[in-house]
Amino acid sequence: MQFILTMLQGGVKEIISYLSAHVITCLVPAFFIAGAMAVLVTKGAVIKYFGSQAKRWVAYGVASVSGMLLAVCSCTILPLFAGIYNLGAGLGPAITFLYSGPAINILAIALTGAAIGWHMGLARGIGAILFAIIIGIIMSLLFRKDEQKRLGDIESLPEEQSEKSGVFLVLFFGVMVAILIISTSKLAPWIKIALDLSLINSLAIMVHHYFVEGEFRSWMEETWSLVKLVVPTLLVGVFLVGMVTAVLPPEWISGYVGENTLGANFAASLIGALFYFSTLTEVPIVKGLMDLGMNQGPALALLLAGPAVSIPNLLVVNRIMGFKRTAAYFILVVLMATLTGWLYGYFFA
Amino acid sequence: MKIEVLGTGCAKCKQLEKDVYNALAELDVAADVSKVQDISKIMAYKVMVTPALVIDGEVKVAGRLPRKEELHKYIKGE
Repeated sequence: MQFILTMLQGGVKEIISYLSAHVITCLVPAFFIAGAMAVLVTKGAVIKYFGSQAKRWVAYGVASVSGMLLAVCSCTILPLFAGIYNLGAGLGPAITFLYSGPAINILAIALTGAAIGWHMGLARGIGAILFAIIIGIIMSLLFRKDEQKRLGDIESLPEEQSEKSGVFLVLFFGVMVAILIISTSKLAPWIKIALDLSLINSLAIMVHHYFVEGEFRSWMEETWSLVKLVVPTLLVGVFLVGMVTAVLPPEWISGYVGENTLGANFAASLIGALFYFSTLTEVPIVKGLMDLGMNQGPALALLLAGPAVSIPNLLVVNRIMGFKRTAAYFILVVLMATLTGWLYGYFFA
Repeated sequence: MKIEVLGTGCAKCKQLEKDVYNALAELDVAADVSKVQDISKIMAYKVMVTPALVIDGEVKVAGRLPRKEELHKYIKGE
């Protein structure tokens, strides 16, 4: 009885700590940003950089960052991956996209930053981008002999919504990112509120003058559908992590991954690569483990290997590009996550 | 008429399927609606972003949900 009570208390406590101001003020703007990206960034504009005619280095560069724009939900990643592989720029950029997509979406970075710390959020974001490019290039070198024959080129369809100019998009998203940063900063509350209100005001002006009919509505709908998609599983995840960590003896964790050794980093990245984490739940899991004494290096290794690779995801990837390439991809991710985590722990922890 | 909804099971793909059934009911049109979830079949249409709407073998929309009027237009074949 006492045991169950302790577990429930742990779960509730963990939920309350996630509902605290600094997490909410960070997640709310992030949801609006992600929603706006889904509506305003025309996918056709991004996808043309993945075409078979695109320059290699452009394709790698765009693939490594476009996950941020295109893929908040992991289910959009696989068709795009298959598309880049079969119809577009080929294996290397496809792998880069497959890896970076889930790892650098704005919600994941924002939540990592707010819940664990900004250095970890940044390490995760930058680590994932570099990582993705390196793995993509290694894969394309490994398999350069048997590049697969293309099924054709990407079909481009006219987009219905109005195209926004690049300057407008930079300004619009810049203002929203500024709101996110100010809300989570350590400024005095009244300064935050004043700055945020004036920024929201300028957003309203932009929306009023530049949005075509229906766009504001689809922005709000998109944001809300993301909230519905992510928040319930996130809260369940947080609760479960709270329950487990309340009764898990800390020695178990600190015994295995308490030190920044290569072995600990390898264990963390292997576990991360095999398990499936529902969108964003990797963050409370890693935070819970860190509270129990997990070292920063293995924590980053888990974050780097976790969301990008999982058994269900590998099964689909296997059908698209075959066993040899999938196995090579899996091994590369685990090794690179181990190494990056270890280096991070060595220099920064 | 043959309508295919391409999608790998994401929320928007399910929404598109629902929208299609609603539109058919509203317009009182009969059609053979099917869902395509297999990724290699989706690729055969050269579509990279789901959800996508295919009518009689022709890709009409990819990567977004069409608005109601737009969907009606496609179904009426205009």
